[in-house]
Parts: sequence; structure tokens; C-alpha cells
Amino acid sequence: MNYHKFDVVIVGAGGAGLMSAMQLAHNSSIAVISKLYPTRSHTGAAQGGVAAALGNQEEDNWKWHMFDTVKGGDYLVDQDAAAILTREAIDAVYELEHWGLPFNRTEDGKIDQRRFGGHSRNFGEGPVRRSCYAADRTGHMILQTMYQQSVKNQVRFFNEYMMLDLLINDGQACGVVALCLRDGSIHTFHAKAIVLATGGYGRAWRITSNALACTGDGMAVAYRRGIPLEDMEMYQFHPTGLYKVGILLSEAARGEGAYLLNSEGERFCVRYAPTMEELAPRDMVSRFIYDEIAAGRGIDGKDYVYLSVAHLGKEKIDAKLPDITDFARNYLGVEPYYEPVPIQPTAHYAMGGIPTDIEGRVVVDEHNTVLPGLYAAGEVACVSVHGANRLGTNSLVDLIVFGRRAGKHIAAKWLPEADFAPLPNAPDAFATEMVESLLARGKNGANGKNSQNGKGTGETQEALRADLRDSMMENVGVVRDEQRLTAQLARVVELKQRWRNLRLMDTSRTFNTELMEVVELGNLIECAEATVAGALARKESRGAHYRTDYPKRDDVNFLKHTLAYRTEHVGEPELRYKPVVITEFEPKERKY
Amino acid sequence: MPAETSTRVVQVKVKRYQPDQSAKPFWQEYRVEAEGNDRLLDVLNKIKWEQDGTLTYRRSCAHGVCGSDAMRVNGRNRLACKLLVNDLGARISVEPMLGFPVIRDLVVDMDPFFAKYEKIKPYLINDEPEPRTERQQSPEQRERYDETTKCILCGACTGSCPSVWANAEWVGPASIVNAHRFIFDSRDRGGAERLQILSDRTGVWRCRTIFNCSEACPRGIPVTDAIEEVKRAIMYGTTDIA
Ligand SMILES: Cc1cc2nc3c(=O)[nH]c(=O)nc-3n(C[C@H](O)[C@H](O)[C@H](O)COP(=O)(O)OP(=O)(O)OC[C@H]3O[C@@H](n4cnc5c(N)ncnc54)[C@H](O)[C@@H]3O)c2cc1C
Ligand code: SF4
Ligand code: FES
Repeated sequence: MNYHKFDVVIVGAGGAGLMSAMQLAHNSSIAVISKLYPTRSHTGAAQGGVAAALGNQEEDNWKWHMFDTVKGGDYLVDQDAAAILTREAIDAVYELEHWGLPFNRTEDGKIDQRRFGGHSRNFGEGPVRRSCYAADRTGHMILQTMYQQSVKNQVRFFNEYMMLDLLINDGQACGVVALCLRDGSIHTFHAKAIVLATGGYGRAWRITSNALACTGDGMAVAYRRGIPLEDMEMYQFHPTGLYKVGILLSEAARGEGAYLLNSEGERFCVRYAPTMEELAPRDMVSRFIYDEIAAGRGIDGKDYVYLSVAHLGKEKIDAKLPDITDFARNYLGVEPYYEPVPIQPTAHYAMGGIPTDIEGRVVVDEHNTVLPGLYAAGEVACVSVHGANRLGTNSLVDLIVFGRRAGKHIAAKWLPEADFAPLPNAPDAFATEMVESLLARGKNGANGKNSQNGKGTGETQEALRADLRDSMMENVGVVRDEQRLTAQLARVVELKQRWRNLRLMDTSRTFNTELMEVVELGNLIECAEATVAGALARKESRGAHYRTDYPKRDDVNFLKHTLAYRTEHVGEPELRYKPVVITEFEPKERKY
Repeated sequence: MPAETSTRVVQVKVKRYQPDQSAKPFWQEYRVEAEGNDRLLDVLNKIKWEQDGTLTYRRSCAHGVCGSDAMRVNGRNRLACKLLVNDLGARISVEPMLGFPVIRDLVVDMDPFFAKYEKIKPYLINDEPEPRTERQQSPEQRERYDETTKCILCGACTGSCPSVWANAEWVGPASIVNAHRFIFDSRDRGGAERLQILSDRTGVWRCRTIFNCSEACPRGIPVTDAIEEVKRAIMYGTTDIA
């Protein structure tokens, strides 16, 4: 057995994982495990910016930011957490600057700020400049800066190690088990504290802005070990993905003044949201687009509308939106200087995830009982600061604020008192069995029939992947209803069954990416199960969860968080609920 | 309007290395149906998912921002996710980048690359007390090092450089790009240290100004210019002249 022992093991090297690592690197032994080289993490794809009420361009106040976050999340946000998010955002952004992050600058040398959807001044009066940015590659700069700091602090990385399992013994988290891609070996990491920072699961949908690596591994691994997943039905579709490819065109475009146009050349958002127009929150703008298309006002009667930046002029486009306009050129052959860009809503962000408290500790029930030793931060976690709909630029803040809090809590509170919990017997048994059975199925065919190097019988991964992604798009998209969700739950059961019989073509132990993909696919299906079950039970419309059969928000019955627990019965997670923390903003109807 | 697409059959010739089976690399040809707008990465995925699961390469973001899938395509280092079938013709040859040890098929060992990157101290060095808010930097000062902040550490430049092929010790263009990013940042105080590192035997002077790196860079960074600026900074002992 390959055995490693560290005080803290952090799984994931995106913004959240590295931010945690930074708090711990000085005085404890830590390891960061990542299935990608750190700089390949999806944080690097974030474009628009990171929100903080610095007030560099005009008056701003973290309370306004907090209010926007709560309202944007359709009041499913835990307000104690939102207060921390927005207050600590300010120092966290300065800290990034001190580490060298190359923000764009104002004339007087401060961090430049721009508008973003749902961010307002004075509790909803009108848009405010709150997003701190570095052109349209803010996430790239954050990821690079944090990686640079990791190099400086000599953080120990296990790159291209994929976590397969989480170890819990005697009610305490005590380690993880990972596959080393390079040689197929299985490694057990024993630790006093584990931070899960593995990101989202957008790959469950056909049209998505998410990287191929965004497969919900952390959520699935925790879910299999009895940890609930919170509010998984709250999955955000970003309004402006490149038509058919899903690649994101940041809200920064609209923040800089871009329009959305229907087939009649009308700026339809103005009709739906007279105050915030194109800068209404994402769930709403995605529905506006959906409604326009349903009303036959998609371009050429098809399922897309236009995003137009041409009127901003070449100079502004090149200075503020260089990358995203390149995406339009590169992947659709459209020249945004002159032509409008075809866009459609794209699966983008998980508001839900592994439930945590404000210290980043994982909590496992409706009483917020802490699972000692286990932490989660970033998109994999649900604090919940995003509620039913995340505002643009609030994820990067989430990473740095709660990544930092998790790291600090481990350093200051947990490590001084904690001991290594003993590993369970045969700690790597589950992971080893998973890998061995997958590789054996490759050799022998799905049903034990002989096959030669993959040329046997049985289904390979592609059809399964396509079926998952297409059906999620169809049934659990911008708009949902009882019938579609019921159908999808049955689908999930079928997909799980088929996954168990998948056949691999590749049986090598050297860098077997097919093995990795098949494991990822299994993880996506687990995430889908929790998502669909939560959505089916939530008979209301709130934020990103919009049901045509229950089009109104129902605070009497559903102002609460879903907790989905995996059970023995496929397709039947147990659902429990916990109250939303409301401190100062009473739920109101959302108008923009 | 989105460019029209049409389905066609493309021939992809891949230089493969399957260490479990044979110590020798070999070429294998695949035929795939693809649309003009498909990325080369989509084509590779199609092969992997539908024909041959053993085909091995790295990828993640699929839109040119993560740096995973640098490879040699028709003789030049490119990101597979930034190339469209429309631009490639019906016959495509794909190989791992040169100058890197190959692990399997198109997957090369990036550890030596990152080790060289670490050598140039790729982080802001400044021990002065931090202000309560941000350090000031004018838009002009920020612009000074803008290009080199774009690097995604894909290795395409380094893998295209004959000086790297000839001498594995050389730090290579990517490291110098990242040194440049800090040397010309008005907030940084580590310029002299880095210039010292880059002026030795394995430093900037091995660059023969061949420009392969600039052509290879998928982020459009003028890599050779950046290297020249670093050379000048070493020669004149200051970053003001460069
Ligand atoms: C295109 C795009 C643009 C965006 N723009 C913005 C924006 O402008 N502002 C904003 O606030 N938010 C934005 N977001 C959202 C935000 O970028 C993400 O939510 C955030 O970066 C997630 O960070 P993370 O650290 O949680 O995870 P990630 O950055 O996704 O990192 C996950 C890490 O976990 C590792 N990992 C995953 N699974 C495993 C496993 N099984 N074993 C080992 N390691 C594993 C990966 O290797 C990776 O290192 C954007 C998102 C997208 C897709
Ligand atoms: S300079 Fe360009 S080619 Fe070289 S590593 Fe950076 S992004 Fe890649
Ligand atoms: S897959 Fe990320 S750069 Fe190509």
C-alpha cells in the first residue's frame, strides 16, 4: 500500500484549494492533491471579475453587496454567511493584490471596478461598479497568482492524482484515497484534516461552460460516504454561452454595455427588467431568453438570440473584452466588431454542494452537526452564500473568502486539538475494487465474456455520456416540471445500471484517461441523482429552479434548504430540510 | 452569422507511444467524421470515445485557457482545442511536443518544465510593509507587463525551441516569459535576483532569436520580444532602458 501522512490534505488546486493551502503552508505539513496540474484548474477560465465593495469608482458598501447577494439568491441565502462573504471580500481582494495580482487600474492607480449583473447601489437603486477585474481573464490571474504563492511557500503537490474515496472512521474524517494517473497506483493519504475543493459538475449537461474536468468528483465521493448534498436542484444556467459550444461570454460584456437582441432586433430585457435591463440576475435573463425563443423570437426561429457588442467600438472591446470576442471569432467565425454573436443559456454553476458552516466545516444534518476533520470550500461546497442563484463575480469571492476561512480554522482551531484518527481497515479497498473491476471489465467484456483488448461486447462510455447530458439538458434545464423531472429520475436509475456494466477499451495502468473518464461519468450520475430528486420535491419556483407547474415562490413551504442523502435504493435519496438563516433581510418579491 | 459547417471525413495520423505494449513509438491512422467547426480536440475525443479508448492526451477547458493540450499538429505546436477542422485540411498529423519526455501517446512529462519555471522565482518579491489597501500602480505601469501575464504555461513555446531540443538544461522561453512578468512589474523588487539567474550559462543567452516560440504561443504573447527585453535589462543593468 502506498501510504502518505500529512497534517492536512487538500483535494483540488483551484482558487479554493490553493487559498486554503496558503493559510497552512507555513507551519503544518500539507499536501495538495489535484487531478490536473494546478494551473489547469477551472478557476483559470473565470472571466469577469471578483466582487468587493472597495468603492474605488463610486460609493459602495458591503451591506449593499450583502443585500444584493441575498436578493439575487432569491432569499435562499444564509445571511450570516453572506455578511461574512461581502465584508471579508474587501480584505481578501487586497490580499490578492499584495500577492501580485495584476488588476486593471484606475487613473489614480487603484484597482479598477466595473458593473455586473445584480450588483446595485443602495439596496437596488441601480447598477454599481463592484467587480474588480483583470481584463476578461480575472480567474486566470487569480489562479496564476495563487499558484505563484504556492511555489513561493513550497507547497507539496501531488499532481494528476485523482481522489476516488474519502475515509471516515469513528465519526472523524481521516484521509482520502487517490489514483496516480501516471502509473495507475493507488495511494492512501492519512490526515488530521481534509479540505475538499474539487469544483463543480457542469459536465452533466450537454451545453455547458464548464471544463471537461468539472465532473462533481468531490460531491459524489462525499455523497457515497453518507454526507448529504445541499440544494443541488439550484443549478445555474448562464444566459450567454456561445451557441452550440456553450463556451462562456462573460456578463462583463453586458457590464460594459452589450445588448441582448431577439429576431426583431429588440432589446427584450428592457421589457422584462426595466431597472437592471440586461444586468438582471442570471436566472432571470436566462428565462427571458427562454421565453423569447418559446415565443418564436429566437434568431431565424432557432434556439438562440444575439449578444451585440459592436456599438462599444473596437477600442473598448480590445481593452476590456479581448478574450471573449476571440472565442466568438475562433469558434463561431463571427466578428464581434461588426456582427452580433449567437448565444444561448449554458449550464454554468452549482449553487448547491457539500453543506458547510461559516468556518468551512462540513455539516451533515439539519442541526448542522459538524463532521470533525472534514472541510469543503469553493464550488463543491454550499455555505450557502448563493442560495437559489449566484450573482456574477460572487464565486471567486466565495473561493477566496471561504477557502481562507477553512484554512485558518484548521490552523488555529482544529490542528492544535486534533489527533490522527486511525485509518479504517483496508482503507483503499473501495477504491482498489473500483479500479480493478473497471480494468477487468475491459479485459473480459462487460458480462464476463472474453474480449481482446477492448474489442469485446458491452457498451462503452460514449453513449452513456451522451444520454446523461442530453436528458439533463432536456429535463433539468432552465425550465422544469413534474413530468420531465419524473422521467429524468427514471433515467438516472437506468444510467446507474448501465454504468455498472460499462466496458473499457483501455486496460493499461499507464495514464489511463479512459478509466478516469469512466469514474468521472459515474460521479456525474451521482450528482444528477441528488439534483433531480431535490428538484422534483421542490414544488415551487425560486431562483434557478423554475417549474412551469409551480411558477411562484412558496416561502411557507419551501424557504428551506434541501439535504439529499444517498440510500441503498438507486434513484431514491432521502430528502431532509434545514431552515435558512435570516438575519436582516426579510424575503420579498424580486423585482429588477 | 455562424460560419456554415459541413460534415466530412478527416484522416488523423497520430504518433503513438504505448509503453505497456512496445518500447517504440508508431504511427496510427484514424478516419473520423467531423464538422468544419469541430475543434481538433473534438476530433480526438470522437476517436477516443467511439473508436479507440486507448488514445491518450490531456485536456480540460476545451477553449484555450488552461494549457493542457499543447501538441505538435502538422509540424507546429498548437492547442488542440484552438484549432478548427476548417483550418486544418483533410489530413492531420498529430504528435507529442518535442523536447519533452513522452509518457504515453500525446501526454508528455511536464515536471521538468515546471521545475525550470520555479527556478526563476515566479512570484512577486516585495518585503516592504503592505499598505492597508492596494499598492498603487498606474495604468501605464500595469500595461508594461500585460502581455506576459497571459501565459498559461502550456509549454508550446518551449517545445518548439531548437535551443531547448539541443540542451535540456536551458530554462527555455516559458520561464523567461514568466520572469519578464515580474521583472517589469513596478511593484516587484526581485528583478536583480532574477536577472542574475537568467544571465548564467543556462539563461537567456542561449536564445538564438529563432522566433519559433512567438509563432507557437496560443496566447499571442510576443515571446521573443519579451526575451529580448530581458536580455537588454541584463546588459544595461536596468529595466528602464528595455
Ligand atoms: C467560463 C467560466 C467563467 C467564470 N467566470 C467567473 C467570474 O468572472 N467571476 C466569478 O466569481 N466566478 C466565475 N466563474 C465561476 C468560478 O470560476 C468557479 O466557480 C470557480 O473557479 C471554482 O473554483 P474551485 O476552486 O471551487 O474549483 P476549480 O477551479 O474547478 O478547481 C477544482 C480543482 O479540483 C481538482 N479536482 C477535481 N476533482 C478531483 C479529484 N477527483 N481528485 C483530485 N483533484 C480533483 C481539479 O484538478 C482542480 O484543481 C466562472 C466559471 C466559468 C465556467
Ligand atoms: S508563453 Fe505562450 S506558448 Fe509559452 S507557455 Fe506561455 S502561453 Fe504557452
Ligand atoms: S483544453 Fe484547455 S487549453 Fe486546450
